[in-house]
Amino acid sequence: MKRIIEGSHAVSEAVRLGRVQVVSAYPITPQTHIVEAISEDCAHGSLDARFICVESEHSAMAAVIGASSGGVRAFTATSGQGLAYMHELLHWASAARLPIVMAEVNRALAPGWNIWADQTDSLSQRDTGWIQLYCEDGQEVLDTTLQAFRLAEAINLPVMVILDAFFLSHTLEPVDVPDQDSVDRFLPPPTPRIKLDTANPYALGQMVAPAAYMEMRRDIQKAMEAVPGRFMAVEDVYESEFGRRYGMTEAVACEDADIIFVVSGTVSGTCRQVIDELRSGGEKAGMLKIKMFRPFPVDDVRRILGRAGKAAVVDRNFSFGMGGIFAQEVKAALCNEKKHPSVFGYIAGLGGRDVTPDTLQEIYQATRLSDHPERESVWMGLNQTMMRDS
Amino acid sequence: MNIAIQKATPNSELLHPGHVACPGCGAAIAMKFALKAVGEKTAVVIPACCWGVIAGPYPQTALKVPILQTAFATAGAAASGLRAAMDMNGDTESIVMAWAGDGGTFDIGLQSLSGAVERNEDIIYVCYDNEAYMNTGVQRSSSTPYGTRTTTTPGHAWKKSRKKNIMEIMAAHRIPYAASASIAFPEDMMQKFSRAGRLKGGSRFLHVFATCPTGWGIPSELSVKIARMAVQCNMFPLYEIENGMTYTLNYQGNAHVEDYIKTQGRFRHLSKADIAEIQKMVDEDWELLMRKM
Repeated sequence: MKRIIEGSHAVSEAVRLGRVQVVSAYPITPQTHIVEAISEDCAHGSLDARFICVESEHSAMAAVIGASSGGVRAFTATSGQGLAYMHELLHWASAARLPIVMAEVNRALAPGWNIWADQTDSLSQRDTGWIQLYCEDGQEVLDTTLQAFRLAEAINLPVMVILDAFFLSHTLEPVDVPDQDSVDRFLPPPTPRIKLDTANPYALGQMVAPAAYMEMRRDIQKAMEAVPGRFMAVEDVYESEFGRRYGMTEAVACEDADIIFVVSGTVSGTCRQVIDELRSGGEKAGMLKIKMFRPFPVDDVRRILGRAGKAAVVDRNFSFGMGGIFAQEVKAALCNEKKHPSVFGYIAGLGGRDVTPDTLQEIYQATRLSDHPERESVWMGLNQTMMRDS
Repeated sequence: MNIAIQKATPNSELLHPGHVACPGCGAAIAMKFALKAVGEKTAVVIPACCWGVIAGPYPQTALKVPILQTAFATAGAAASGLRAAMDMNGDTESIVMAWAGDGGTFDIGLQSLSGAVERNEDIIYVCYDNEAYMNTGVQRSSSTPYGTRTTTTPGHAWKKSRKKNIMEIMAAHRIPYAASASIAFPEDMMQKFSRAGRLKGGSRFLHVFATCPTGWGIPSELSVKIARMAVQCNMFPLYEIENGMTYTLNYQGNAHVEDYIKTQGRFRHLSKADIAEIQKMVDEDWELLMRKM
């Protein structure tokens, strides 16, 4: 049934329909609407789950690690500082091979305090062994969250479902909320491979000597390598039940494109409109939306961008001393290819600044008019009166 | 072991030989008796601490009960999560027992512990207290007593602040049951673990005094004797607190702290005056405790 709900409630509705059994979370803006709605569902019995109101995000992740080790479907949600605070436990969750799902509302990191959209928080968790899925709109948030449980449980790796602060978390949109029976068919109760049980004792997380540690890490990588296939299989089932699929990436008008935007999150929606405008004006512009950041969809990126002359990567994030993070990943995916486009890196929308159609038009024109990418990322829309150049 | 203790001690051994504790390790003795008392339907949650190593290297385990090893600061939270999972799976009978050292309890894990007991989670939280970071090479913790030399309170910089009173912190949370226990009083300790096991439904906290021959500079064969002396001189009183309100004293000592302090390398540098200062602190603490009885 179509309902007008905000992105936060696309998450909480998926958690309810997914019959999550243990939720633990700590409130942080802009994640709060998610956990408030889940609390209501637990209180009213529309979700039969234990909600553990912990005293920090570090404890929230520890609690869902404990719960998932006990073999139940476990969920948490956080944002920005909270995700940074969880960092140690993110490594723990993936190396323990626990199928935890977390909603992550992209929020800028302090100082100065800033609660608005910025991907640097989640991208800073690049190497923690979590599958990362970036969403464009409310429908994708709901669908991806449901898929995340099935994917996590199929592969025994944790999944982060990522949505932009406010632009997505607090924006009301029509979302098709499926009925419980169809979701039950798609997502049956978990059959956990890890389940601590006093009737069948074993030890988890014991000390590991150098002789075995590398092999364990290699196993995680093998699981990561299997994610694209598993994800497509999950999407096949999801599509047959609900009629929607997204892909790890989505290529829009890329077949004959000279310049391809590389985007993620809510900027993708804006970019669709800009592609239409550019195409109407005779420009051969395309768009590659990257939904799955980890594992990085290297094959898709090579195949889709390989035909273009230039790629313009729009990063709402930054790695100090190097540049936009998506741009780095795209370059790494392409560098050993014989033929690949020049990769132009643009920084836009940090700390919740709007990325408008005009911003993307400017990026397009800058890319079109340059023969070679700048060595450094190009920062879009800087406010000259606020700058203090050293 | 006297006949009374033998009668009270179940034969089941849930701690296997082959664990990797140092000779005379108080923490190993504590686990042996704790598991005898709470029984095999117990899952143990271990944050970073000596027991993270003692439990044995992958793929081995020294315990015949499930173990969940977890990050340093997280014993209270991870145990809460495991408890919730077991309940959701219909196993409300099994006990979840967090098993942390003093660093994981008094210091880095205090927030998580406070959160867990404030929620009155249905867990037993055990702190085996060897009064410093022993696993990492004897660094001071907030449980390290006044006067102690450690590798981070060396030479004249020996620790000048008091040991944190974790039992009072637990009492302030008004949890159903908190008790101190000692490896030198196994009968008393097992009774307390059994009681904690029976008091299912809320948070139970056990503060277990566990000597560390390696870190304290004591002969391993004197591990239990020195633990007994700590109780006998009232440095480590044995008592129980119900609901943060009702205090029960289990042992009254009358020995001088000097007898206890003189046995240990970690206190060797202390002067007569320093020891007199410690005696004064112990007397003060005892008086404060007696006012609550």
